[in-house]
Amino acid sequence: MSTDLSDVATDTTFPPPSLVRARLPRQATLIVGVLALALAVLGGPLLTGASWYSVPFVAGLLLVVLLPLWSLQVEGRRAAVDRLVTLLVTYAVTLALVPLVWVLAYTVIQGLPAINWAFLTKDQTTTLDPVTFKQMPGAGVLHAIVGTLLITLGATIISVPIGLLTAIYLVEYGAKSRMARIITVLVDVMTGIPSIVAGLFAVALFTQFGSVGTRIGFMGSVALSLLMIPTVVRSGEEMMRLVPADLREASYALGVPKWRTILKVVVPTAFGGILTGVMLAVSRVIGETAPLLVAVGTVDYMNTNLFSGRMQTLPVFIVSKYKQGADLLELAWGAALILVILVMVLNLTARIIGKIFAPKTGR
Amino acid sequence: MAKSIDVSDLNIYYGDFLAVEGVNMTVKARSVTAFIGPSGCGKSTFLRSLNRMHEVIPGARVEGKVVVDGQSLYDPSVDPVAVRRQIGMVFQRPNPFPTMSIYDNVLAGKRLNAKKVKKSEADALVEKSLRGANLWSEVKDRLDKPGMGLSGGQQQRLCIARAIAVEPEVLLMDEPCSALDPISTSAIEDLIHELKSDYTIVIVTHNMQQAARVSDDTGFFNLKATGEPGHLVEFNPTKKMFTAPDNDATEAYISGRFG
Repeated sequence: MSTDLSDVATDTTFPPPSLVRARLPRQATLIVGVLALALAVLGGPLLTGASWYSVPFVAGLLLVVLLPLWSLQVEGRRAAVDRLVTLLVTYAVTLALVPLVWVLAYTVIQGLPAINWAFLTKDQTTTLDPVTFKQMPGAGVLHAIVGTLLITLGATIISVPIGLLTAIYLVEYGAKSRMARIITVLVDVMTGIPSIVAGLFAVALFTQFGSVGTRIGFMGSVALSLLMIPTVVRSGEEMMRLVPADLREASYALGVPKWRTILKVVVPTAFGGILTGVMLAVSRVIGETAPLLVAVGTVDYMNTNLFSGRMQTLPVFIVSKYKQGADLLELAWGAALILVILVMVLNLTARIIGKIFAPKTGR
Repeated sequence: MAKSIDVSDLNIYYGDFLAVEGVNMTVKARSVTAFIGPSGCGKSTFLRSLNRMHEVIPGARVEGKVVVDGQSLYDPSVDPVAVRRQIGMVFQRPNPFPTMSIYDNVLAGKRLNAKKVKKSEADALVEKSLRGANLWSEVKDRLDKPGMGLSGGQQQRLCIARAIAVEPEVLLMDEPCSALDPISTSAIEDLIHELKSDYTIVIVTHNMQQAARVSDDTGFFNLKATGEPGHLVEFNPTKKMFTAPDNDATEAYISGRFG
């Protein structure tokens, strides 16, 4: 028996399968990339006088053709396909990022010159210049910043309890009941509500209580909350479903009632995600224009009372300055930049708070 | 404080599906009772029906009687929350609360029930429970660290500490060692021996040596056939069960001639 085995071992005529394959050099992508760029510059603007804008497209195309071809020659089919797909995926990411960065950069470039101390601390009330007795247009957007913040805060205060309690019902109590299914469908429908419809609804609702033509900040909050609630419900529901059933059972097994389990175990465990969902909802509505135009209107002075009188908001301010003409466009861009900064600050804050409350692994 | 459990004619359902049929047994106070049997025969389901955790699953229900110390658990006037405060449970997979530190995990039963506990009493309770679960010396310097940072075996002992911190009368353990290495398993078995003097312990296990090592009484559950409900085949003192079982099926299962 043993002699047979040793015979087989020594008799092997085939070499053991080799793990070594022909590979492209480590910097292959870089090398071909530089080559493609050089070709694109040479064959484009330098020789044929084509536009410089063509360079990235021609270079990208050359790279995606040349690198897989070279790889096919040296490494074989599988590696060539791998390189091709890797490049295509990278291109897709770049394409997705370009408009994003572009919009941000353009807003900063256009908006930054408008921003100064007066812009941030004054409203648009016209004042009388004490020396020349000329009417001076207001220089600031503070009233719009305050209005946007107040109305969005109002919308958040309405939406978060309703949305979260709905999500809790759907996850913890409704389970697969008919009621829960109906709510889910309605929430999905609400997600698609055009924002102007939400604005008109708020107007119609408040016309029942006040006179026609009433416009107050709180109406805007109600309109925005209609848009926020579905987002809060969906994200809250998803986050709470992610909390393992194990944790709920662990809590029940300690003799903790269901409502305390939800309040003390389920919601805290999902808190980071819920907060992110709320912030996404806020970001969605903070830039809404149409519902605020019909429900809140526009004014030039500061109004901090959410329940009386019209208010100014950043999106509506931008629209009205845009309509008023080219010399006021700078103000519109400045307000746009402030709006973007507001959203970013809110998002960052939410991320930081979410990190602090996220379940800890201790590693 | 430890209590005995009398079970008579217990049928357990998931919706319309009868999962366990006709169980009769008496679990003695201050002893360890083990349930063995093949997967899917209803050991865990039966265990969960002993502290009304079964009904947490939508559609699950129970017929029959479970009497603890003269009180019928399934009486309509019985509050399941009160039952679970007296009959604690340790699960198959360790499940410490991820948002809490080791210290808070042990106190979870008190804190989640909004009981005000003085700092000194809380410290004493945490130390007592962690000592009870054989975990104190390993974690005493990092009580404020997250419970999820512990190893699997430590997490399971943390869950036991959490369960005994509410001072239940009965402790149910659903395959508490199935995810653990032999050393952690042996630590938990030692613990079960110590806890026996204060608590009534019921343990489900797939490990027959473990049943033989830790338990005083053993129940063997089996399925008549696939799709049929599980039932209690034999319930006897562990010694008798592993030396001279009454039932041929039990002997076949224990000696590995099952199937």
